[in-house]
Amino acid sequence: MNLPRFFRNEMRHSTREALYGYGFVFIWVIGFAVFTLAPLAQTFYYSLNQVTVSATEIHLDSVKWANYTRALFTDPNFIELLVGYIIQTLISVPIIIIFSMVIALFLNLGFKFKGLFRTIFFLPVVITSGPVIAELTSQGATSAPGIAQSAAVTEFLMQLPRYLRNPVEYLLTSFILILWFSGVQILIYLASLQKIDKNIYEAAAIDGASPWEAFWKITLPSLSTTTLINAIYTIITLSHFSENKVIKYVSGQTYAVDGGIGYASAMSFIYFSVLVALLAIVYLFITMQSKKDAE
Amino acid sequence: MRSLKTLNLDAAKGFLFGSRSSYGLIFSLLLYLLLIAIGFVYLYPLLFMLVTSLKSPSDLLNPMVQWVPTELYTGNYEKAYLVLDYPNTLVSSILISVVPSLIQAIVCSLVGYGLARYRFWGKNLLFMLILATFIIPAQNTVIPQMLTYKQFGLLGSSLSLILPALVGQGYKSAIFILIFYQTFLSLPKVLEEAARLDGASDLKIFTSIALPSAAPAFIVSIIFSIVWYWNETYLTIIFLEGGVQTLPMQLAKFTQAYENMYPPGVVNIFDRLNEAIKLSGTFLNILPLLLMYFVLQKWFVESIERTGITGE
Repeated sequence: MNLPRFFRNEMRHSTREALYGYGFVFIWVIGFAVFTLAPLAQTFYYSLNQVTVSATEIHLDSVKWANYTRALFTDPNFIELLVGYIIQTLISVPIIIIFSMVIALFLNLGFKFKGLFRTIFFLPVVITSGPVIAELTSQGATSAPGIAQSAAVTEFLMQLPRYLRNPVEYLLTSFILILWFSGVQILIYLASLQKIDKNIYEAAAIDGASPWEAFWKITLPSLSTTTLINAIYTIITLSHFSENKVIKYVSGQTYAVDGGIGYASAMSFIYFSVLVALLAIVYLFITMQSKKDAE
Repeated sequence: MRSLKTLNLDAAKGFLFGSRSSYGLIFSLLLYLLLIAIGFVYLYPLLFMLVTSLKSPSDLLNPMVQWVPTELYTGNYEKAYLVLDYPNTLVSSILISVVPSLIQAIVCSLVGYGLARYRFWGKNLLFMLILATFIIPAQNTVIPQMLTYKQFGLLGSSLSLILPALVGQGYKSAIFILIFYQTFLSLPKVLEEAARLDGASDLKIFTSIALPSAAPAFIVSIIFSIVWYWNETYLTIIFLEGGVQTLPMQLAKFTQAYENMYPPGVVNIFDRLNEAIKLSGTFLNILPLLLMYFVLQKWFVESIERTGITGE
């Protein structure tokens, strides 16, 4: 037995493996440093300064946290847009999750023209770009057909208090748009539905479980990880969408006379932290829920 | 003994309400009805766009004409075609989406392979950073990038989108890294070991064994990447404005471009900008993607199964 030598060989092997591994991912690490980490740090630095860009140089005046306090306490638009974004996201996520789960359950049944319906429900993913959505929304084509324009609905909206009116109005005018963000989620649900072992359903049926019970006791718990993935994907897609009002406001402020790069950077970071907070809330909510189910 | 009558009744019941082996007529009818209704609502914006874009100015003003235009009017498309500068913007849109997508797929396959096949320190950290790139909003990094590009005179050039893709920081690259990671993870290790015994180098194993097996992942990554790059306007407007002009960028300033071409005070009333012309422009904008979608639809709708990205 030559233990040290054996050990040395083992070390060499794993070092060699690690080196090759680093070789493959090296390019990404460089890219991350140059195109993500450095600009992120720079943006944070800008957010603590008043930034003036002239033809020749970028001039920085330290203002400490003034840009942040301005966004949070002085600017009346930003907070309103931010709250609107939070409410819209919290409304949209459950709708998208439930809708895509229902459609996936339908599409998981065996019937004719299944492929056609799959094609229809995935179509929006291919064509959703900011300008296209902006055009369709401005022509009123994204509201639930015939609902948002009718006089009774307008009358009803007027009766609601302001904090309720905005979300309800959003729901009515952008109903189809919300559904349009479900394409990828439907496919993800469909893929994980197909992975559930068919034998479990058969066993449950023999034990006398109705399809209804089987759905709540078998299907839903098996989908909990998928639901989490879908919820996170949904939040991120909605938050990065270029027609998102907060994003539009921030990019508008970047070039505004009274705004500027420093102020826009501060708002970007506030927005980013809200996004992370939303992700954390939804993550905790879904994992707690599925834990409860498991008990 | 069961009489023929009850048997018939059973069969009828089964036909209407379903049995063990089929859903039954009523259930099937309900299912189709529901799916068609949802499908209609889902496609409503597209139908609305298509119908409106074919309406002549007089049809637009006529409240009787809702869904069926009195004539097939192509004048809107002719105008939108000119305003969008279609041939030029189409070519640059194709270039701007295809080139970064191809580069992105190659780089992401390298990174995905490294993560799937090698053990090394810091892998979890790397995964977290990759996830972070997916979460960080573009506006948190875009301003310094833009200023740097400006310094090097790259603003308006397609390089401003190609360079990040070249180092794995392309648009939504985290998803593609994950797709390749999953694909390479499911590749049997035996193949690799056999090749290694034959004296193949790591790079050789990657190019001759791993890459051919990842063909579906490549197709899925490239087509999704093309679609997402095509539809991306936040970055393209910041990086390319003043230089390369893509279709969605041109659509975003359609009104302005239209009024440059047909000044509002000068042209007669039928040549003024109306919603039909705008929607024609929108339709021309998504037409190439629609064509691509219908040709490659199997790859789109089966993508997630084929690449096994949901694999736990």
